[in-house]
Amino acid sequence: MSDMSSAEQWTHPEEGDLPPATAAKPTKDQVIAGLRATSEGGADLTQLLTPEGERVPSQIFDPYVADIDFEALRGLYKDMVIVRRADREANAMQRQGQLGIWVPLLGQEAAQIGSGRALRPNDMAFPSYREHGVGYARGVSFKEMLGLFRCTSMGEWDYQAHGFHPYTIVIGNQVLNATGYAMGQKFDGKVGDDDGEATIVYFGDGATSQGDVHEGFVWAAVYDAPVVFFCQNNQWAISEPTERQSRLPLYQRARGYGFPGIRVDGNDVLGCLAVTRWALEACRHGNGPVLIEAFTYRMDAHTTTDDPTRYRLSDEVETWKLKDPIERVRVYLTRNGGADASFFEQVEAEADEFAADLREFVFTMEDPPPERIFDNVYAEPSAALDKQREEFLAYLGGFEGGVH
Amino acid sequence: MSATTQPNVDVPASSTVQNLTIGKAINLGLRAAMEKDSKVVVMGEDVGKLGGVFRITDGLQKDFGEQRVLDTPLAESGIIGTAVGLAVRGFRPVCEIQFEGFIFPGFDQINSQVAKLHARTQGRIKVPMVIRVPYGGGIGAVEHHSESPESYFAHLAGVKAVTPSNPVDAYWMIQQAIFSDDPILVFEPKKLYHMGTLKAPVDTAAEPMPLFASKVLRTGTAATLVGYGPTVKLCLEVAEAAAEEGNELEVIDLRALSPMDLDPVFESVRKTGRLIAVSEAPSEASLTSEIAARVQQECFYSLEAPVLRVTAFDTPYPPSKLEEHYLPDLDRVLDAVDRSLEW
Ligand SMILES: Cc1ncc(C[n+]2csc(CCOP(=O)(O)OP(=O)(O)O)c2C)c(N)n1
Ligand SMILES: [Mg+2]
Repeated sequence: MSDMSSAEQWTHPEEGDLPPATAAKPTKDQVIAGLRATSEGGADLTQLLTPEGERVPSQIFDPYVADIDFEALRGLYKDMVIVRRADREANAMQRQGQLGIWVPLLGQEAAQIGSGRALRPNDMAFPSYREHGVGYARGVSFKEMLGLFRCTSMGEWDYQAHGFHPYTIVIGNQVLNATGYAMGQKFDGKVGDDDGEATIVYFGDGATSQGDVHEGFVWAAVYDAPVVFFCQNNQWAISEPTERQSRLPLYQRARGYGFPGIRVDGNDVLGCLAVTRWALEACRHGNGPVLIEAFTYRMDAHTTTDDPTRYRLSDEVETWKLKDPIERVRVYLTRNGGADASFFEQVEAEADEFAADLREFVFTMEDPPPERIFDNVYAEPSAALDKQREEFLAYLGGFEGGVH
Repeated sequence: MSATTQPNVDVPASSTVQNLTIGKAINLGLRAAMEKDSKVVVMGEDVGKLGGVFRITDGLQKDFGEQRVLDTPLAESGIIGTAVGLAVRGFRPVCEIQFEGFIFPGFDQINSQVAKLHARTQGRIKVPMVIRVPYGGGIGAVEHHSESPESYFAHLAGVKAVTPSNPVDAYWMIQQAIFSDDPILVFEPKKLYHMGTLKAPVDTAAEPMPLFASKVLRTGTAATLVGYGPTVKLCLEVAEAAAEEGNELEVIDLRALSPMDLDPVFESVRKTGRLIAVSEAPSEASLTSEIAARVQQECFYSLEAPVLRVTAFDTPYPPSKLEEHYLPDLDRVLDAVDRSLEW
């Protein structure tokens, strides 16, 4: 029996090379090596742009980004810069008491912009709660997305027009909902050719432990649902590293359900775009579902209420800084004459303007009226609730003029 | 004001007395239980290194190790379902649910196994486990972080439920729940966890009061207020305000949600003739409905006014900018007191 130095080896043992039953469990180090395999260690990591800004050719995936010329790449760069700037602004506004909480996306810009820009207008995206970059790519205004975090709404935008479902905070719930939506796309006859529709659903590494996520995988497989499961493995579920959730690299789970799984460098916007387009195309043609593990990193705290110094080392954060999703595109563009200094300056200026506008909006945002509590609880009228609303308004009215 | 027992009275300093918040009291209660019995294990999301998002399990993994304090995978059905197995095996698991809004993936296990194993097996299998649930609103949170779902569990035969409103109860209830042979949910008023003004001396050598007993916190004759968990503090404030207007209210802390100990409430209502039940949960088919039903049955001839309830509305929890309107507050309870007195 060979010594099993990588997770890969014990997952795919050679014929006649099965480990004795007692040794079937990988060591902790093997698990971590498999889960953490990065561009250096993981042969299965799809990457089109290295952290150093080198373009890596790929027979399979290059065709999916053949249209991405310098101009298009500058567009992706700008998207990421704007989204990061908005994210930092929101984080700052939370610190200033303008938002109740903020869920930072810092570090995950490429995963979100790459996958978000892979979608077509008729496609549907189901976010969890960190996908502000995907929302932006779907044309949802950051202003609309901030209501949830200012605690003035639950997030109200035109979900159908943008193809961007409301945020889901209960971990994993949306994976089943997205699968059902994709089943509907299929039942409506919208799947089967180049013009087919598809659904994408976002969730985290931690979420992969939830029953809802497993059930989503099962349903999607059984109904050939056109759904891309897009797992942003940002290495942490609050304080728990991925090895608390799995022995196996997450993308390999797909095999157990009978559909393809792929790991892409989640900090490579080109790679994320290509792989997501590839997966969506499979879905459109009726060859879904597909699992994508976007291998990335949560550069900031889980949320503004979290203190990551309690559970992770700053060394790790420093290592990941070197894999920054934005910097590699800048290097690539600069080195290959795809953009000059004035372009980068202009993007910075636009990002500043974007942030200033957002800031002004939030600072002048009004609270909803109290009776909003009773609005739209049901689609059809409820006499009982109408009565409660009237009593409440009468009670509030009693305070007017300070007579109460 | 003639309070029976006030949590805030001064206790002579001794080595067994510490001034604690509710959160710290639960932490020390957990620690005491873990020291007493090596079969007590704590499990949940982020309860280890981080000490839980509210830091209630702070330091426990460091001192008791990873096999006593488990950072579990992210799945509530998994947490509760495996705790059942551990309990069957002879452990005393203490599950932490991160926020009440996330207990529902585990509801199936609670309803179908936790609550029923003992009766189904006619006592051959015991399920001595605890499910800790931070609950309640008023913290300016996003959705699913402020709800009061206790009624679902009170409705469920086979599990019990308690809720502390002060550090003394917080310290003892968790231990009593852990060493009970029944499965018990401990609903913890999260808004009060770290509230410095609620700090109180906890004597770890004292004799705790029974777990399933309500408690009269303030005596009065004009009307009775009953609250639990986060609304106890509110009821005491209301009584204070009413007293300034000459109305002495009796205040009862329910403490036990299931089974409820309503005898002190009946006794009180026979004296005052009026009852106002206060809860952060919506009113429809809730604990306050149950209180009203039983009080009208037991105290029918003593009632001078219908039992009134001050609760949340029968709507989903609103965006938290509106929670001050949604949750019972001083004015709304005083308004109910006035209505009751004027009936
Ligand atoms: C059902 C449920 N349980 C617990 C939580 C609390 N919670 C919020 S985020 C989170 C960690 C999620 O980690 P991951 O899935 O990796 O996503 P990330 O936040 O890293 O993007 C937890 C435990 C929740 N929102 N829903
Ligand atoms: Mg994560």
